[in-house]
Amino acid sequence: MKAIAKTIAAATLLISGSAVAGVVAPGDVQFVEAAVPVSLTGAVGDPAKGREWFANRKLGNCLACHANDDLAEEQFHGEIGPYLEGIGDTYTEAELRAIVVNSKEVFGEATIMPAFYKSEGLNRVAKKFAGKTILSAEQVEDIVAYLATLKE
Amino acid sequence: MKRTVSILAGGLLFGTLSTAALADDGRELVIDGETIATTAVPADDHPLDELISGWRFRSAETQALQMDDFENPAFVAIEYAEEIWETPAGKSNQSCADCHGDANNFTGLRTKLPRWNDEMGKPATMEMLINASIETHQGAEPWKWESAEMLAMTALIGLQSRGMPVAMKTDGPIADWVKKGEELYYTRVGLLNMACANCHEDNYGNMIRADHLSQGQINGFPVYRLKWGGLGSIHRRFKGCMDQVRAEPYKRGSDEFIALEAYVTSRGMGLSVETPSVRN
Repeated sequence: MKAIAKTIAAATLLISGSAVAGVVAPGDVQFVEAAVPVSLTGAVGDPAKGREWFANRKLGNCLACHANDDLAEEQFHGEIGPYLEGIGDTYTEAELRAIVVNSKEVFGEATIMPAFYKSEGLNRVAKKFAGKTILSAEQVEDIVAYLATLKE
Repeated sequence: MKRTVSILAGGLLFGTLSTAALADDGRELVIDGETIATTAVPADDHPLDELISGWRFRSAETQALQMDDFENPAFVAIEYAEEIWETPAGKSNQSCADCHGDANNFTGLRTKLPRWNDEMGKPATMEMLINASIETHQGAEPWKWESAEMLAMTALIGLQSRGMPVAMKTDGPIADWVKKGEELYYTRVGLLNMACANCHEDNYGNMIRADHLSQGQINGFPVYRLKWGGLGSIHRRFKGCMDQVRAEPYKRGSDEFIALEAYVTSRGMGLSVETPSVRN
């Protein structure tokens, strides 16, 4: 899967969703230590879009838990997770990708942070979300690209 | 005051971004000149160091609505329940008042529920006891769990215990149900993969976006939620949390929610009954 993802042409990237050929499916993401070195789509994400998905309550909804000065125009930043100022200095893109895909692979089972790219091994998922992930592979890549821009 | 400090600690870390106005500053809940305790000291083996009513996590404006029965929007339902109380119904053509007299004969009942019921073979919630009386005493059709009648009547009967400490019995046959409720409390569910404890034990006092996370105590139910524009049951609130983590919710009145109600009630032992409370 990894090899395929690497060689996939950018032309297919306009379509998002795990069913798309060349996109790494949620169950196939390869963690190397606490990192996911390979892009889920084979391409680099768009940080401007990532900033939107980050704030969007139906998508990343990252602000629910994390404060982020870069989104000062948005009211009410959460206090559950770490402050994200400088997070792009703290972690590499591969590490950020691992945290967004499934933070339990990085921080351990106890973390409250949801896995944003995982569809199996979950309990009592609502019918309308069954088999789905919170974010698409493309949205994960966009958010990773955005987080990488958050440097001190 | 130690308690206030710990509630505030989360808020201070991100003081510039969070809304300090929402942080509790130790206000007292006084209704009709009577002070109602909003904190309690838990038992030694309790997972929490302090018990804090959800009232303490709300804004001053929301708190004020509960401090005056004329401002408290739930009292419209209380009046409705008082009418029902006096109205004969069913094959018996008897009213609640005909058998039970004044509603204040139920003073203290709210503090003891859920309570094991041999005939039902399970713990009885307030809703279940009311429906049992409607069916067997009045010979009338039972009410739906979330009906206007049920919400009003659970509010009226609960009000009779306002200010009294929650004191349900947790030993005997209900113990297995409390245990099952505890398992549910710590079981992660839904696409967001969260358990009750992740927010209400590990993160109470923290802001989750615009919402100030409480301990999820249920001493004020049925609650008038401004978001709902009306009263809602404990099981409706449980369902709301499950929906938010994108889990398939259990049904109102299900064994799972009865067990969870029993366990969550036991976590708030000693807090005062605040029925009917007001939250956002």
